[in-house]
Amino acid sequence: MAVADITSPSEEIQETSGLSSGWGRRLLIAIPYIWLLIFFLAPFVIVLKISLSDVILARPPYFPNFDISEGWQGLLAMLQAFDLENYVWLTEDTLYLNSYLSSLRIASISTLLTLVIGYPIAYAMAKAPKEWRATLLMLVILPFWTSFLIRVYAWIGILKKEGFLNYFLLWTGVIDEPLMILNTDTAIYIGIVYSYLPFMVLPLYAVLEKLDISLLEAATDLGCSPLKAFWVITLPLSLPGVWAGCFLVFIPAVGEFVIPDILGGSSTIMIGKTLWVEFFSNRDWPVASAVAILLLLMLILPIILFQKQQEKQAEASQ
Amino acid sequence: MTRFNWFNTTTLTLGFAFLYLPIILLMIYSFNESRLVTVWAGFSTKWYQSVFFNESFINAAWVTLRVGFISASVATVLGTMAALVLNRAGPFHGKTLFTGMIYAPMVMPEVITGLSLLLLFVSLDFTRGFWTVTLAHITFSMCYAAVVVSARLVTFERSLEEAALDLGCTRFSAFMQVTLPIIFPAILAAWLLAFTLSLDDLVIASFASGPGATTLPMKIYSQVRVGVSPEINALSSILIAVVAVGVVTASLVTKQAQVKRMKEERLAISSI
Repeated sequence: MAVADITSPSEEIQETSGLSSGWGRRLLIAIPYIWLLIFFLAPFVIVLKISLSDVILARPPYFPNFDISEGWQGLLAMLQAFDLENYVWLTEDTLYLNSYLSSLRIASISTLLTLVIGYPIAYAMAKAPKEWRATLLMLVILPFWTSFLIRVYAWIGILKKEGFLNYFLLWTGVIDEPLMILNTDTAIYIGIVYSYLPFMVLPLYAVLEKLDISLLEAATDLGCSPLKAFWVITLPLSLPGVWAGCFLVFIPAVGEFVIPDILGGSSTIMIGKTLWVEFFSNRDWPVASAVAILLLLMLILPIILFQKQQEKQAEASQ
Repeated sequence: MTRFNWFNTTTLTLGFAFLYLPIILLMIYSFNESRLVTVWAGFSTKWYQSVFFNESFINAAWVTLRVGFISASVATVLGTMAALVLNRAGPFHGKTLFTGMIYAPMVMPEVITGLSLLLLFVSLDFTRGFWTVTLAHITFSMCYAAVVVSARLVTFERSLEEAALDLGCTRFSAFMQVTLPIIFPAILAAWLLAFTLSLDDLVIASFASGPGATTLPMKIYSQVRVGVSPEINALSSILIAVVAVGVVTASLVTKQAQVKRMKEERLAISSI
């Protein structure tokens, strides 16, 4: 939500009045820094370590474990016991490759759908009378505050065989037999579009609202049709918003668990769900960790691209 | 350009219908007499009664509220500190890593954050339960808090702090007396965001929690897997109503405070 406000991290104003030195400054930096090192960075090192370990029936259910009392010898012994077995396993069983591919496919299709639905909404909001805009913005953000799980759950009652949608379509005579939507990929697309629509609309709106109207007027004066003016001026100028919105939908959609689990069928496999099952049902922590590491590697590129794009935008707006 | 045309009106109507209809249907049918969720059989509040008499719901709600309150409060303090570091502390060794660690949790898939935190708790030999969920929630919501407060600090009039320093304030008292009151609406917004994030979270809580600490989303999830039930509809409607009232009130309050602050800020600057 506050994405439009994210400023470039490289922006470093030379400090004149800031917290320039002393223990206060050091403490201020150290406390959140150490917290994030312990609870954000260190866990990834552990995931990497466990992804190289073997599963055993014990507590904790993996091997080897680092015993600090054995010192360097222990560390060396642990390093020697590491292997890439779990990663080899991931390439051997087609389940994992299929999960990765179908996650990418579902996330791409839903991102496109969200863009196609979100763009006209953002456009209409940006073109709305000024006194309406704050209210419209609030109306887009409000569902974002209500529980994600509940919003996804609400669609079960609509999409199921004897649900509202089929009831309505049968009543209007559009269809003769109820559609089977729940537990299909279509239901997942609907769920993702619905849940992530605000992420698409907000950055698009932020860009479209700032659009210089005089450019469009100039185009119309020079004989451009409104559609062509949109195509050659509005759309290219709104591309930063399009990119930001697409990344914000695509990245979390790839690792999505709740939507495929609740709305999707058993035949749809997505990587987030596979990881969950591997961990909670199969209790294979090392394989779950390897799945997580590969998912992370898959997302690093889009995340870096997103960061770069945000920095560029922040520089441009200064 | 400043009036609605039919295309924009239709788009907005359809768009908002799409966003709100599912929630509205869910709320309407929480008052349904029948257990069959899509067949209307008359008005009834019996599902609300059964929610309030369901001890496991009440327990889960209590756990969720406590986790939310503690994690939002700690996350707001840490997030505000992080925002100050990003905007005020100047360059230091490892700042790039720090910035990365603030932004990365927001785009990290929840399954990865959850799994990694769980493995940390296991290797530290923490007993999983209430406190591990709270620690996990602090970690991801402090990043959101940092971004919200940071957005306010960027637009902050620095000359006010400088004036306070010139007038003999120490850095700490300048912060307490000038900076803090001005960024307070943003801090409040950060707290609210952290609180709702914590109330909402299912995936990370499922990984980080252990027996004895079931949060409301975990409870709802285990029921939802079985299918639609009017009880869950009623519980969901209560949650939605609470959040909607809270968010609307908070946004009105912060808006008012902001307008007042801006006025004072402008007045102060013009009198410098």
